[in-house]
Amino acid sequence: MPTATNSRSGYLSENIVHFARALRRAGVPVGPDRVLDALHALTLTGIDRRDDFYWTLAALFLNRREHFEMFDQAFGLFWRHRELMESIRPGSEEADATADDSTIPGQRVAEALGLTREVDLLEQAEPDQTGTAASHAEQLRLKDFDSMSSAELAEAKRLIAKLRLPIAQIRTRRLFPSAHGRLIDMRATLRSSLRGSTDIIPLARRTFRKRHPPLVVLCDISGSMSRYSRMFLHFMHAITNDRDRVHTFVFGTRLSNVTRYLRHRDVDIALGEVSRAVSDWSGGTRIGATISEFNLRWSRRVLGQNAVVLLISDGLDRDGGAQLNESMDRLRKSCRRLIWLNPLLRFDGFQPIATGVRIMLEHVDDFLPAHNVDSLAELTEALARAHQAPFKPPA
Amino acid sequence: MPDKPRSQPDSIDDTQQLLSDGDYVASRPLCTAIFLALRMGRPLLLEGEAGVGKTEIAKVLAQTLDRRLIRLQCYEGLDIASAVYEWNYSRQMIEIRLAEAAGNESRQTLEDDIFSERFLIRRPLLQALEPSPMPPVLLIDELDRSDEPFEAYLLEVLADYQVTIPEIGTIRAEQPPIVVITSNRTREIHDAVKRRCLYHWIDYPGSADELEIVQRKAPRAEQALAREVVAFVQKLRAMDLFKLPGIAETIDWANAMVELNRVSLDPEVVNDTLGALLKYQDDVARVRGDEATRILSEIRAELSLTH
Repeated sequence: MPTATNSRSGYLSENIVHFARALRRAGVPVGPDRVLDALHALTLTGIDRRDDFYWTLAALFLNRREHFEMFDQAFGLFWRHRELMESIRPGSEEADATADDSTIPGQRVAEALGLTREVDLLEQAEPDQTGTAASHAEQLRLKDFDSMSSAELAEAKRLIAKLRLPIAQIRTRRLFPSAHGRLIDMRATLRSSLRGSTDIIPLARRTFRKRHPPLVVLCDISGSMSRYSRMFLHFMHAITNDRDRVHTFVFGTRLSNVTRYLRHRDVDIALGEVSRAVSDWSGGTRIGATISEFNLRWSRRVLGQNAVVLLISDGLDRDGGAQLNESMDRLRKSCRRLIWLNPLLRFDGFQPIATGVRIMLEHVDDFLPAHNVDSLAELTEALARAHQAPFKPPA
Repeated sequence: MPDKPRSQPDSIDDTQQLLSDGDYVASRPLCTAIFLALRMGRPLLLEGEAGVGKTEIAKVLAQTLDRRLIRLQCYEGLDIASAVYEWNYSRQMIEIRLAEAAGNESRQTLEDDIFSERFLIRRPLLQALEPSPMPPVLLIDELDRSDEPFEAYLLEVLADYQVTIPEIGTIRAEQPPIVVITSNRTREIHDAVKRRCLYHWIDYPGSADELEIVQRKAPRAEQALAREVVAFVQKLRAMDLFKLPGIAETIDWANAMVELNRVSLDPEVVNDTLGALLKYQDDVARVRGDEATRILSEIRAELSLTH
């Protein structure tokens, strides 16, 4: 039931191609195969009704909900002046101009959230590398991130990049062949019984495959953590690229999912992207509010398959512990294991005095220090063990 | 598309009518996606919160188009043996014993024999691809519960509508089944699977649509009661709850009211029946009592304004 004449559908297809390109620039991945599909789909639905046209393109060009906003804005801008099939001109400059227009949502987001300070800090760390402080790795491993020079920081980053996180593997329900497995693989057994010529049928066995549980990292990037947060970003980058199923979030006054940025292999590009995407660096902390936001918006999506949660924070809450009790309780119930890394734990006489710290301590499975390379390395051992005794403040 | 089965809808309006005949109230966007999936022979990937009617679509399609519904419920560790096919090992063993007792069959004939279709147990995916006068509706429910290896296997099935059994060969559907995949988004489905599907996110319905759904699905509820129930649920969805009530919960609640012989809501009965709507203790505790009374008086005021 295509209603368009040939030349008209020619204009239309060109405009669809431009529209797809605009979407791509705005950050919605639309493959060329999808464009062909869209053209086919439009011959089926027709282009008489604007809403049908809209939802046809939506069904073809979208494959996750987050992109919907972007699509909606781009659609509005791109097809704004075009009464369908009336004023469409093929591949004109106007089309390109409108296409640029439609990338604004993406750019606007980036610009509005762009933060230059952290980028500067990260860049400052590099030029000093040749300074006098090219100290021994051994010494460096014990030094607090807080008191490192930028050159030492650079060296520490290299050490962190080598860290691996052996969280104990868990048994999945998927089977694979194994000589000493508990279960008998009937299929393989029958196959092999036909192969040999003896009367004895050797039993083939199989067992459950093991794999790492998914890991979710929630990292505090507020002012009190500012000296550490850069190192933790490096740490998060290292573990994100070491295994699959890692989700990373940073929070200060609000929560941002930075998983996608940290997946970039190159650590500098990855951290650059993170700084651009996150707006609340080195501000206050609202731990309770951000954790309950995580519970509401993300927990069902990322904690579904028995995830381990790493919470990196000093526990100093600007809100004085509001919502903290309920949200931590919910978080602990939703995950396999909740591990709190606290850089303040380096002080021998650490006492959980702050309200936030006291509340959070009641809800975590493990409470571990994380203030230098060595403690992060120890962390890898601690996490490999099944369970830690809960933290007891010194008497 | 040659040889189109007779009852497939010809337009988006047709699709809407078709679903409506099956007592499913669908928005125009959803109908567009379904219509395209039917006509383009593509799987339809439906995502949305629990209880918004994702699974129901497959059932309604099967019923109104007069197709068989084949359902594959996904879970972690779902493998080929329970999703596609399995050999009937005990029968195979007996066959081997019998052949040995008779002592006249060669090994090769025996092998060909016990790995023939006679000993094949067909699981949902294979059933969906087998020749039949009318291709069935294949519902792959809660794909997010399965693991990545199964998703990877599904690629072959969804792309070419075929499965390969090493001992027998490739089985390919003459006419592709209507495939509906649902996901609750407890994890992200791989892009490669998504690329082969048409995608639609089902949102909670607006008041008018939800009222129509309640009237169809809980016909014993009085008009006034249905209005109040829907208004109450819509208010709850605006709150910051851990799990918002879905349409399934709304229908349950309306039915609960009918069973309790209520013609309108009052604070007491709301408090007693909140368990039909909210499934987390935190949420129930938040709404029970003052909050419920407040919402009730709010919707009273609004409903009396509109009438």
